[in-house]
Amino acid sequence: MPNIFAFAEARDGELKKVAQEVVTAARQVADQLGGEVHAVLLGPSGLRERAGELASHGADHVHVGESDALQHYSGEGFTTLLVNFLKANPCDAALFPASALGKDLAPRVAARLGVGYASECTALQVENGALVATRPKYAGKVFARVRFTDTPAVASLRPNTFAPAESARSGEVHTLEVSLNSADFGAIVREIRAAAGEKLDVAEAPIVVAGGRGLKDPANFKLLDELADAFGGRAAVGASRAVVDAGWRPHAEQVGQTGKTVSPTLYFAIGISGAMQHLAGMRTAKYIVAINKDPEAPIFKVADYGIVGDLMEIVPRLTEEVRKLR
Amino acid sequence: MRVKSIVCVKRVPDTETRIRISGGATGVETAGVKYLLNPYDEFALEAALKQKEGAGEGQVTAVTVGGAEAAEALRSALAIGADDAVLLRAEAGLEGLAVAKLLAEEIRGRAYDLLLFGMKAVDDDLQAVGPMVAELLDLPAATSVIEFASADGRITAQREIDGGVEVVELTLPCLLTMTKGAYKPRSASLKGIMAAKKKPIEEKPVQASSAGIQIEKLSYPPERAAGRIVGQGADAVPELLRLLRQEAKVL
Ligand SMILES: Cc1cc2nc3c(=O)[nH]c(=O)nc-3n(C[C@H](O)[C@H](O)[C@H](O)COP(=O)(O)OP(=O)(O)OC[C@H]3O[C@@H](n4cnc5c(N)ncnc54)[C@H](O)[C@@H]3O)c2cc1C
Ligand SMILES: Nc1ncnc2c1ncn2[C@@H]1O[C@H](COP(=O)(O)O)[C@@H](O)[C@H]1O
Repeated sequence: MPNIFAFAEARDGELKKVAQEVVTAARQVADQLGGEVHAVLLGPSGLRERAGELASHGADHVHVGESDALQHYSGEGFTTLLVNFLKANPCDAALFPASALGKDLAPRVAARLGVGYASECTALQVENGALVATRPKYAGKVFARVRFTDTPAVASLRPNTFAPAESARSGEVHTLEVSLNSADFGAIVREIRAAAGEKLDVAEAPIVVAGGRGLKDPANFKLLDELADAFGGRAAVGASRAVVDAGWRPHAEQVGQTGKTVSPTLYFAIGISGAMQHLAGMRTAKYIVAINKDPEAPIFKVADYGIVGDLMEIVPRLTEEVRKLR
Repeated sequence: MRVKSIVCVKRVPDTETRIRISGGATGVETAGVKYLLNPYDEFALEAALKQKEGAGEGQVTAVTVGGAEAAEALRSALAIGADDAVLLRAEAGLEGLAVAKLLAEEIRGRAYDLLLFGMKAVDDDLQAVGPMVAELLDLPAATSVIEFASADGRITAQREIDGGVEVVELTLPCLLTMTKGAYKPRSASLKGIMAAKKKPIEEKPVQASSAGIQIEKLSYPPERAAGRIVGQGADAVPELLRLLRQEAKVL
């Protein structure tokens, strides 16, 4: 039976939204191939309680590996566990999120198995019993249809692209033995410095409020923080390279060809001109709103909705109106 | 102390370039395209040069896999400050596992402290060759590194993760993939460009194996339909929100 493997990413004992997305995508592939979904969940103890959530998105089997050695992500440790799992439970495809963690882990798993890997996939199809992935190249200027010559087909899926769906199963829970000692790892995590206030990462947020040089002063990013807050925990602040290079914002917030690629439901480009390298990172957003004082700014060519004018007046009003919606 | 680094570099189209799909729809036109050293590889090269300078002594070797034209990336690296370079001469357009295997095979026989990569190559956007080589060589590794320091035979690296920074300690030799952070890439000086002409590029013919994937077809993304200007100034905000709620249904 063609099994499909789904890596369910968790952090601090909670499933990430990408875990639901990956399990949902795995379910859809498994249904077309007539197989079962095996979700694997790794982390410190307590994760077992999350298994039910994966079943509700379509996992037939949830394999939970709990250990103190998995307190922090370890590329070596996670790869060893998953490769052992995939050898014991051969799968046609192994799906990962294209999150920071997934993009470290998936290529390692592929290399250790000696199979091909497609990253940041935006679509998966089954044709004549084989998986075909669609992935962007050249910063989304072209899309490639990719076939895999070996199994498992290893792919990472771009966040916010595969909408999570309910597909209730009873979901059998299994224990995955973890015999690892973190002291044996060649790379050991010493510390995690979370961004202030446990904010959503710009690559994961369903709404992105991005600012550019038009904000004129780093202090004015306060306006964007307030707008993001008005969306009640669903929005993250992003930035153009111009303001990152100027040291106004950290690189972690940069959207574009040399920053993050984001695919939110709603993207606000505020005081951003819309240079090709910026568009490369956000053009797959579902809806784009541009706020710019220059009606000729290239960003208006890709925006679904635009307002021409001074952001210093428009953004506070927008924040006020968004707050009223809640 | 001598610090020896190997930096893997790639020649990629300028990020401004319009990409045109070629006849067979599995590759892109190369004629008229301006090429550059991959921007992320510039961070890796800068980090290697800083390590050598900090130690007072060392060596920086640039390695690339590709056709004859791939040597341009090596020449750029030499002009910026690399000491020597290796061209693993293969067919052009290899990616992922095929490249990782060739690099691993070459690097396995070499002595080094640091093996540096860019986080991603901005043509294939795969973000995979570094971690794949780490697996093939069984090296301690950290990806998406913004800054690192070395002391007592160990590297302490800061890596960008979703929503924060992770501090990782690695034993040498180790592999790092670099992203934008503490390192401001220097450009080649005229003197550097002249000096580079005398630096050696070793060329080795290699035979690639399968990457495990096949590109069946390239296509352009659907054009985004031109949107609409909702209005001017703050007064347009209520109409924008109405559209987002009723037409786009995203709020
Ligand atoms: C190799 C390479 C990689 C790159 N990678 C990236 C990348 O990853 N991401 C990225 O973003 N860029 C990247 N760039 C840079 C890119 O080319 C642009 O320079 C950059 O995106 C411009 O940033 P900006 O839109 O904030 O600034 P600008 O282009 O200066 O635009 C500012 C905009 O603000 C508007 N404005 C000014 N005042 C107001 C106001 N009061 N109210 C409303 N609007 C106002 C202006 O009309 C203008 O359109 C890269 C460039 C290179 C060469
Ligand atoms: N053909 C190549 N030759 C040498 N290094 C490469 C090559 N392709 C990729 N790399 C290295 O791997 C990094 C990541 O590339 P990629 O995984 O293709 O996004 C690049 O920044 C380079 O450091």
